[in-house]
Amino acid sequence: MNKTVVVGMSGGVDSSVCAYLLKEQGYNVIGVTMQIWRPENACDISYNGGCCGLSAVDDARRVAETIDIPYYVMDFRSEFQKYVIDHFSSQYVKGLTPNPCIECNRHVKWEALLQKARDIGADYLATGHYARISKFDNGRYSISASKTAAKDQTYALYALTQDQLAHTLLPIGEYEKTDVRRIAEEAGLPVAHKKDSQEICFVPDGDYASFIEKEDGVNVPGPGDFVTPSGEFIARHKGITHYTIGQRRGLGVPAGERIYVTDINPESGRVTLGSNEDLMTSAVTADDLRWMGLEGISSGEKIRVKAKIRYNHPGETGFLESAGDGLARVVFDKPVRAAAPGQALVFYDESGTYILGGGTIIKQAKE
Amino acid sequence: MIYLDNAATTQTGERVLNAMIPFFRESYGNASAVYSLARSSKKAVFDARKKCAELIGAYPNEIFFTSGGTESDNWALMGAYDSYVINHSPDGKNIKGHMITTAIEHHAVLRTAEHLAGRGVDVTYVKPDGDGFIDPEDVVRNIRPDTFLVSVMTANNEIGTIQHVSEISERVHALRKDVLVHTDAVQAYGQTDIRMLTGKVDLLSASSHKLCGPKGTGLLYIRDGIKISPFIRGGMQESGRRAGTENVPGIVGFGEASAIASETMEDKINTEVKLRDLFIEKLSAIPDILINGFYAPKDHMKRLPGNISVCIKGIEAESALIMLDRAGICASGGSACATGAMEPSHVLKAIGRADDEAKGSLRFTLSDRNTEEEIITAAGVMAEITDKLRNGKKHL
Repeated sequence: MNKTVVVGMSGGVDSSVCAYLLKEQGYNVIGVTMQIWRPENACDISYNGGCCGLSAVDDARRVAETIDIPYYVMDFRSEFQKYVIDHFSSQYVKGLTPNPCIECNRHVKWEALLQKARDIGADYLATGHYARISKFDNGRYSISASKTAAKDQTYALYALTQDQLAHTLLPIGEYEKTDVRRIAEEAGLPVAHKKDSQEICFVPDGDYASFIEKEDGVNVPGPGDFVTPSGEFIARHKGITHYTIGQRRGLGVPAGERIYVTDINPESGRVTLGSNEDLMTSAVTADDLRWMGLEGISSGEKIRVKAKIRYNHPGETGFLESAGDGLARVVFDKPVRAAAPGQALVFYDESGTYILGGGTIIKQAKE
Repeated sequence: MIYLDNAATTQTGERVLNAMIPFFRESYGNASAVYSLARSSKKAVFDARKKCAELIGAYPNEIFFTSGGTESDNWALMGAYDSYVINHSPDGKNIKGHMITTAIEHHAVLRTAEHLAGRGVDVTYVKPDGDGFIDPEDVVRNIRPDTFLVSVMTANNEIGTIQHVSEISERVHALRKDVLVHTDAVQAYGQTDIRMLTGKVDLLSASSHKLCGPKGTGLLYIRDGIKISPFIRGGMQESGRRAGTENVPGIVGFGEASAIASETMEDKINTEVKLRDLFIEKLSAIPDILINGFYAPKDHMKRLPGNISVCIKGIEAESALIMLDRAGICASGGSACATGAMEPSHVLKAIGRADDEAKGSLRFTLSDRNTEEEIITAAGVMAEITDKLRNGKKHL
């Protein structure tokens, strides 16, 4: 019997082509759009071209009709709220810079959606990510770079477990974006020319601070002090949720030279402003480790890796080593700029092709 | 395919369709025109009005065709409010008013009530008991000097319970003749005898596609002598109370469906009650299954004959509905939202179901065209799906 696959359809061109390709390959394809948005915001997100709003559902439904697959909308609003939005707000309030796509992939798509996919009898979950899955000789699965370096989406997938990877298909990783649009056009998919979604889907205007202020039950920290790296007062600021490590614009502080946010202290409410130099660091430590190509790292071991400190970071080579209980550190060959606590540190093999593992960047004392 | 979602909509009957067809290409005249082509349209609307009136024991001049149940509900509430404002404060100032409805109404009533609340109307929502019944006393004791409207549905769309609307109406009017009583009878019209309501309630909403009529047609019964403001303006159709060119084929189909319902109601009820009792008996073999709303075998006076609503503990309706669909069985869960995803049902919450129970709620609504075989198959599939979903949870 043909295997059954649930394709997470956002209404965009990538996931639409993903469904189309799998159908062509002979799978029983079921299209599912995850409803993640609260109804009162559904309109905002549609207007802003984000995924998973009302117009996204219409688009996904039209694609499903075009390629003749069953299509359903499933409600993941409570999971999305809990694992993505609440996490996002709580991290920001602590002065961290979260990556909600990672949380969404990990908890909402590959836990909740995969569970429901299995419930309804599917063997696999598929998405339109630009990434591939490889199986190593040691029997472990890993996420590897897609055919096109320009659209690499491996970074936000580092936290997937071996079991999740064993039940995942990522057909889009074999194509370039231009191929994907061409396939969509040839297949007559109504979303062939739809523009890519940008920014964090639930904050379409990019104003994170205002978003967090509107969230229920979040204690948003009030104004505090901008200080120099040596702790001297510079000016008042709007509250730590308005700033992120490496930020230069919107500080409202006149300065002769270029200044950046170099540190955020949630306890004192102080935001340190410093030079570009102050943003550079040669070692980054992470906790909450997830292992993919590697089973782990033992103390004293040093492994050559390329590591990325944020989405779109080209990656920098260095040594991966254990940094004590549940921690790992990458000592880079050349310093990296603006490693922000809360973002993921993802380690790849030295060529940057396969994910070995990753974790969440923690704050560390300057060496 | 086994179709068990007749409360959502029904297949248009063959006799209904045949009655409609001439009014698309032969007698297509605008019913308001003077030439002879229009006359057959006018007569057809007249005949349909009579058939609808007969089904509910009303006079034809009390029937006003609309685009469906939702419009009728909107009209009833908005019209009652507008009339109240006009009568009590011609400039619309310093007038708020009060209305009473229930926590288990269809959203066509609830959302309109919320809209009125936004205009300053104080809205009281009466809660049902655990069986799904509204106590008439709870309605009556909430009447205030500024109450202008009471709206209580005839039968609930999710759990099928039939309210004591006739008693509510009598008691409200005994207390206050000027308070309008509206009932959303969309689920009851054509499914059960509601002739005792007309003459008592002032306003009653019904829809055509719930009884094998076409979609896009409904009616508002407005008791003779009752005045409410129009909701759709711009023409003298429907005695000047509902503007817009008559949907002649739709109205004809609605009339025909109503005539069929009048002719066959008793048999239809008997068939559906038997199928429903059989279905519930079979479903009861599933462990931890709860029937939502009052249910007694053979009864069709307290619960709609074709309605089965259950909560199956430990499963999610969302997944179950997809699996039913894949097995060729059409059913529904709580109310569907705009995107097609599931909302926890306000009705199930109101009768005291916990959130996780309400998550596993499924509704099957039968018609007299369903067969025993279909019922037995569907119940068997439901038991298998329940097993699968419960076991799936265990090893993950």
